[in-house]
Amino acid sequence: MYTEKVLDHFQHPRNQKEVENYNGMGMVGNAKCGDIMQMFIRVNDDGIIEDVGFKTFGCGAAIATSSMATEMIKGKSVDEALKLSNAAVVEALEGLPPVKIHCSVLAEEAVKAAVDDYHKRMEEKAGGAESGKPADEPEVNGSAEA
Amino acid sequence: MKRIYLDNAATTKLAPEALEAMMPYMTEIYGNPSSPHYFGQQVAAALDKARQQVAGAINAEPGEIIFMSGGTEADNTAIRGIAERYAKKGRHIITTAVEHHAVLHTCKLLERQGYEVTYLPVDEYGMVTVDQVREAMRDDTILVTVMFANNEVGTIMPIPEIGALCRERKVFFHTDAVQAVGHLPIDVKAMNIDMLSMSGHKFHGPKGVGALYVRKGIVLPPLIEGGAQERNRRAGTENVPGIVGMGRAIELACDGLLEKGEKMKLLRDKLIRELPLRIPEIKLNGHPTMRLPNNVNYSIKYIEGESILLMLDLKGIAASSGSACTSGSLDPSHVLLAMGLTHEVAHGSVRMTLSDETTEEDIDYVLEVLPRIAERLRGMSPLYKG
Repeated sequence: MYTEKVLDHFQHPRNQKEVENYNGMGMVGNAKCGDIMQMFIRVNDDGIIEDVGFKTFGCGAAIATSSMATEMIKGKSVDEALKLSNAAVVEALEGLPPVKIHCSVLAEEAVKAAVDDYHKRMEEKAGGAESGKPADEPEVNGSAEA
Repeated sequence: MKRIYLDNAATTKLAPEALEAMMPYMTEIYGNPSSPHYFGQQVAAALDKARQQVAGAINAEPGEIIFMSGGTEADNTAIRGIAERYAKKGRHIITTAVEHHAVLHTCKLLERQGYEVTYLPVDEYGMVTVDQVREAMRDDTILVTVMFANNEVGTIMPIPEIGALCRERKVFFHTDAVQAVGHLPIDVKAMNIDMLSMSGHKFHGPKGVGALYVRKGIVLPPLIEGGAQERNRRAGTENVPGIVGMGRAIELACDGLLEKGEKMKLLRDKLIRELPLRIPEIKLNGHPTMRLPNNVNYSIKYIEGESILLMLDLKGIAASSGSACTSGSLDPSHVLLAMGLTHEVAHGSVRMTLSDETTEEDIDYVLEVLPRIAERLRGMSPLYKG
């Protein structure tokens, strides 16, 4: 039912961790459907995803697609990460059973959610600086994140 | 790698004695039992013997046994047959929310045809009571169909009590006993059962064969038309090797049934007792005592069933789950949801069903492997904060 590639990523998930000092986090899916994916990214000043990690509650395909998605966006720019499609994840895993395609969609959405969160944080930071009001988070944390 | 099969509720290994009994009927004894010549009559005698074996196992008469393709066909024949034949008497059927789909989907079909079906809710253990059945009964109730024991969580229903009530109220009583035959003592007379479904491969018989017991005096229209086989109750040339194998298998299963059950219960209870000591936050699904001797079903919170099954399989252990990902739909098991589990907890269920060949060593291996799997998967779960 699963390709060797899927089983490999299931057994040896890449980047299965909560990234230290992440500055983008997305969580998609819900427990009712049996899949929740949480994606963490740390983007550097050049807009490059220098570290990425995931946590997933779900089936073998959910874990494997999360793992593959992290590999595919690591070292890429956030703009490139946004272009990651579920089809590309499926292809990289050498296929998924039809009933599991939604897992790859979830992986794509998790990446997008993490990048969106990163952009939001950046805007908040910039907005806070422009208006002269203090940012929600103390400046020390902000610089630690960046 | 050593492989441990703990999915005996899905199917069982064919007993060598059953295979031995079947072999001649797949080779040199090939006549059609409907033929009057020697070749046919030789086979007709084998069917008679199997009918006696099956009837004897549940204290029925041989004439009350109809051979067919399996439990699903037996459920369909009983429910649709009563509905069609007794529609003039009434169009109300009582069943439970936790039946096998062979029963539930058949009831849904009848609803589309204008019948009314009451789906009795179950308690947290997956149990219905005789009082619930009594309260649901109406003047137009024609059939009560309640499973003998649940395939997912192993809960044993109060069948003798429901049987007595139905007999008193003159309502037909069918039970899907696919998980119970060959595992629990069954006496259709003492338990007032009018119809009972069974499946050969659930008690170490072959696949593709089952039987419906129909109490003498009840006439059901056949589901399959086309011939006078099974005394006009099920058309089509009989699956002779399958029937012969099922007959031998049921005889073997019922020989020392209680002793084998006690042996499995010891191992079952060891798993039930020790898993929570090794895995925090797990929940036993099903009744603690009124359950099949071979059924263990736990929900491991914060993780998902298919992942557990894959990891177990990689360690050589075959189990099953009620998670959506193993059912091909988006919803987890209707049985677990009916018992009040949240979707999240239902997704984390793992069912292990033993056979009398399961050893203590097998159980110890599960006790060693499963906690490590739970820990590993929890480590990747965003729901787990432990």
